[in-house]
Amino acid sequence: MRLQRERKLLSSASTPALKPHVRLQYDGVRRSWAVLSPEKVFWPDEVSLAILRLCDGRHSVAQIVKELAVQYEAPHDEITADVEAFLQEWSDRFLVTL
Amino acid sequence: MSEPTLPPIGMLAELTHRCPLQCPYCSNPVELLKANLEMTTESWRALFDQAADLGVLQVHLSGGEPTLRPDLEALVRQLAGRGVYTNLITAGVGMPEGRIDDLAAAGLDHVQISFQGAFAPTTERISNHRGAHEKKIATAGQVRAAGLPLTINAPVHRHNMDEVPAFIDLALELGAERLEIANVQYAGWALLNRNALMPDRASVERQVEVVRQAQEQLYGILTIDFVTPDYFAMYPKPCMGGWARDAFVVAPDGTVLPCHAAGTIPNLVFERFGERDLAEIWQHSPAFSAFRGTSWMGEPCRSCDRKEIDWGGCRCQAMAIAGNARETDPACIKSPIHARMAALIEEATATEDCKFLYRRIGTSYLAGR
Repeated sequence: MRLQRERKLLSSASTPALKPHVRLQYDGVRRSWAVLSPEKVFWPDEVSLAILRLCDGRHSVAQIVKELAVQYEAPHDEITADVEAFLQEWSDRFLVTL
Repeated sequence: MSEPTLPPIGMLAELTHRCPLQCPYCSNPVELLKANLEMTTESWRALFDQAADLGVLQVHLSGGEPTLRPDLEALVRQLAGRGVYTNLITAGVGMPEGRIDDLAAAGLDHVQISFQGAFAPTTERISNHRGAHEKKIATAGQVRAAGLPLTINAPVHRHNMDEVPAFIDLALELGAERLEIANVQYAGWALLNRNALMPDRASVERQVEVVRQAQEQLYGILTIDFVTPDYFAMYPKPCMGGWARDAFVVAPDGTVLPCHAAGTIPNLVFERFGERDLAEIWQHSPAFSAFRGTSWMGEPCRSCDRKEIDWGGCRCQAMAIAGNARETDPACIKSPIHARMAALIEEATATEDCKFLYRRIGTSYLAGR
């Protein structure tokens, strides 16, 4: 009975978005981007921020990877692994919908 | 004080001490403030403005029961307008139909509802409020219907620890994203009721295992945060994330405190918003500076490699058990009086049939102690 709710798993066709009531917001006091969520604040690093900015519900994971591979001039496979791990984790923490 | 004082991230706003529930472990002080001492809407608004200017990103609207304030929507709207994230911490009883929708429309971000039991009889007995359980379930439904994320807060102790598996089921059924299994902290009312609330060691060990397994099994399905039981611990918690480090509490009358229970520490003088600006209090109030950072520490904290992990633990617990707020939190195995914790567990669990002193405004429990 407990497992009626299921863990969401990422695929390359997922179109991630920030969950409603999760906000990416610039903090003028600390001059830094912050993610505000229920009772927690996160301080994304540059790469996380680049991923989160593309979490608009329109870009697929494959498209996010493609954009970041160009932005960072980095190998596709490496970016794929980073992006997938990040998004799965943020989905598991109820910050991103897939 | 060599370390720079960083701006605070979180603020717990105790809008009122009035509450329909009477939980015997309430974190409010034993001497509760009556309604006529509560700050006005205008004062809270001014305070929230200063908090946002100072760098506060999250306000936890709490009490007592914050929804007893008819100006709650206005306060939420103002905070939302400043980009501050709002968490409503509510008992979830006596909320008229439509109130949650009004709060959501005002910009509320998240709701936390407390459950005193996983079953109706337990919830009623602990909260001393008839029908509480059903009302809470109805409120949880309204929260989800309004599209707001929901946390269930379950304070656990001797009388409901075996309901932890049922609390987990309840949180899943109610559509919560997060469940807080919070072992009662023995400050405030809980300290008065310690002998009636303290669990035995076997129950605590079972509970820890149930929670650990559920965290694993429900990863990505339900977040379970576990507030560990200090008296059974080896190391203390970083209370409030460290004294005056990134959060503070405001009492209903505007008194600005480093933590809920700070008022139990003698010789600390707390300032009230209105008499002084929030930024000045945060940066310069002697009560905030008293235990900020690590320079106040004596041994064994001073030379401990965990001193920036737990920040010496809880000052109020040191006060309550060691009789001196400057001491190491006795929850720590390095405390010279750590064994006192085990003795207090023994004493409490040997006390059978101990009645609750329910939380009420204006009772004189203190007078006889």
